[in-house]
Amino acid sequence: MAKKVLLIEDEPNIIEAISFILSRDGWQVDTHSNGHDAAEVVRSKVPDVLILDVMLPGRSGYDILRDLRSGGGTEALPILMLTARGQSKDREMAEKYGANRFMTKPFSNSEVLEAVRDLVNA
Amino acid sequence: MARDTLTGSRIRERRIMAGMKQSELARIAGISASYLNLIEHNRRRIGGKLLLSISQILNVEPSLLTEGAEATLIATLREAAQDRGRAEDGAAGPPPETALLEEFAGRFPGWAWLLADGQRRIDALERTVETLTDRMTHDPHLAASLHEMLSTVTAIRSTASILAEPAEIEPEWRDRFHRNLNEDSKRLAESSQALVRYLDTVDDVSSDLGSPQEEVDAFLGAHAWHFPALETGGTPDDVMRDNALGSVSRYLVRQVLDRYVADAEALPMGRLLDALEQVGPEPLSLSLRTGCDPARVMRRLASLPDSAGAGWFGLAACDASGTLTMRKAPKDFPLPRYGAACALWPLFTALSRPNVVLSQELEQTGRDPAMYQAYAIAQPVGTPQLNRDPLLEAHMLLIPRVAEEIGDAPLRVGVSCRICPRTDCEGRREPSILDGSF
Repeated sequence: MAKKVLLIEDEPNIIEAISFILSRDGWQVDTHSNGHDAAEVVRSKVPDVLILDVMLPGRSGYDILRDLRSGGGTEALPILMLTARGQSKDREMAEKYGANRFMTKPFSNSEVLEAVRDLVNA
Repeated sequence: MARDTLTGSRIRERRIMAGMKQSELARIAGISASYLNLIEHNRRRIGGKLLLSISQILNVEPSLLTEGAEATLIATLREAAQDRGRAEDGAAGPPPETALLEEFAGRFPGWAWLLADGQRRIDALERTVETLTDRMTHDPHLAASLHEMLSTVTAIRSTASILAEPAEIEPEWRDRFHRNLNEDSKRLAESSQALVRYLDTVDDVSSDLGSPQEEVDAFLGAHAWHFPALETGGTPDDVMRDNALGSVSRYLVRQVLDRYVADAEALPMGRLLDALEQVGPEPLSLSLRTGCDPARVMRRLASLPDSAGAGWFGLAACDASGTLTMRKAPKDFPLPRYGAACALWPLFTALSRPNVVLSQELEQTGRDPAMYQAYAIAQPVGTPQLNRDPLLEAHMLLIPRVAEEIGDAPLRVGVSCRICPRTDCEGRREPSILDGSF
């Protein structure tokens, strides 16, 4: 049975491209583009890996990350954070709140694929 | 060492231009060729009769041999050496041999000019960095623009990469990706153009892409903070009529101009100039002389036109939160448009000592430290209320000074922590981009 990836990102064409490459690699891909109810969506879909953008409408990715790590069965969910800001403090914040990987835009398709594979195999 | 060490190089240059051999010039001047050779290579000083004699032979003014662009070169090199001296951390290698500076410039003019050009470029770039850092740190428009661009670039990169792969893609997907690519590339072009236009406003704050505060600054700057119409009974509407200000900017400008009118009525220009002549620019003395409060006096001084011949006055004002609300900035002491200023400014000290006029000599921490006499005062805003502390507003007047007018212990202040090289400051909030700790 295909492993599930949930992609939370608000940029439609990034969603389409990443969904395509992950699907082609054999993943079952769900997407969501709103930060407001993102934590609830993650808990209801129970993915194997979560790809989470930092800048989302309604709620920041860091806030969602903190929420997910606080309980509700998502404490150990493998999470890859995506951000357009590459400053060390962003990376530190992602690590502090419990992200497993951190990737700065613009990234390559192969980097995303590799990170998702690593996370599910870790 | 006197600057005449460079004179040798100029003599050599002029001799060659005149098509004379070294031995020929030496013979006519009555010195040995070897001695002239030492002079031309700046190994021997020259002056007095010999200099006059050689200048006559070469048919040039003596001053052309003793002065020139090298004065600028020496000054720039000296500034570079001072900068290196001020760098407290991270400076590799021995310190510059300043005692040999002029000899260096004379013997290796090409390298010296190269170094000086580098110094000037560093100067210009640091100024740009200061401005852009201020913007990038605190400007939400710029942060949003960059985020938008990076997201679009990510989408393009990802989509283009899929299309470039040798693997077959279903026609429906291929068409969709082509369409996405087209949309994203258009979006990127538009957002890039908008960003470039926005960044251009670093040098041209009058652009309508600037923030309201930038528009206000540009408006006041364009009038040099002086409005003749308002001095003679005109209204803010008269002044604002032909200006394409945004709605927020209009509100802010209107506040400034309404206050200008009240200030001008209370302290007409003629009375201010008379008082200035009698007691000088110290705001408390002017306040006592004119019967106007010190903050009003400071605003009036800042609105003096150049034609008044009373000097130039900078002004900063802040509300009780410390947010800058007025900025008439000296050229060599920029006042931040976004974010917090240097906590050491007397402007902020004044907030804790209401109704006390503070006087403080300032030295700006920077490449070429500017000196100022600063006066600051915090005064209540609005009318007194029962059992309620007044809101305070602070003003700081900046009067440019030269080093000789300043005492031994001026307060060293910066513009804001991010661009301040001072490391030993108790007021530091964040690392500086200039000291390598950022």
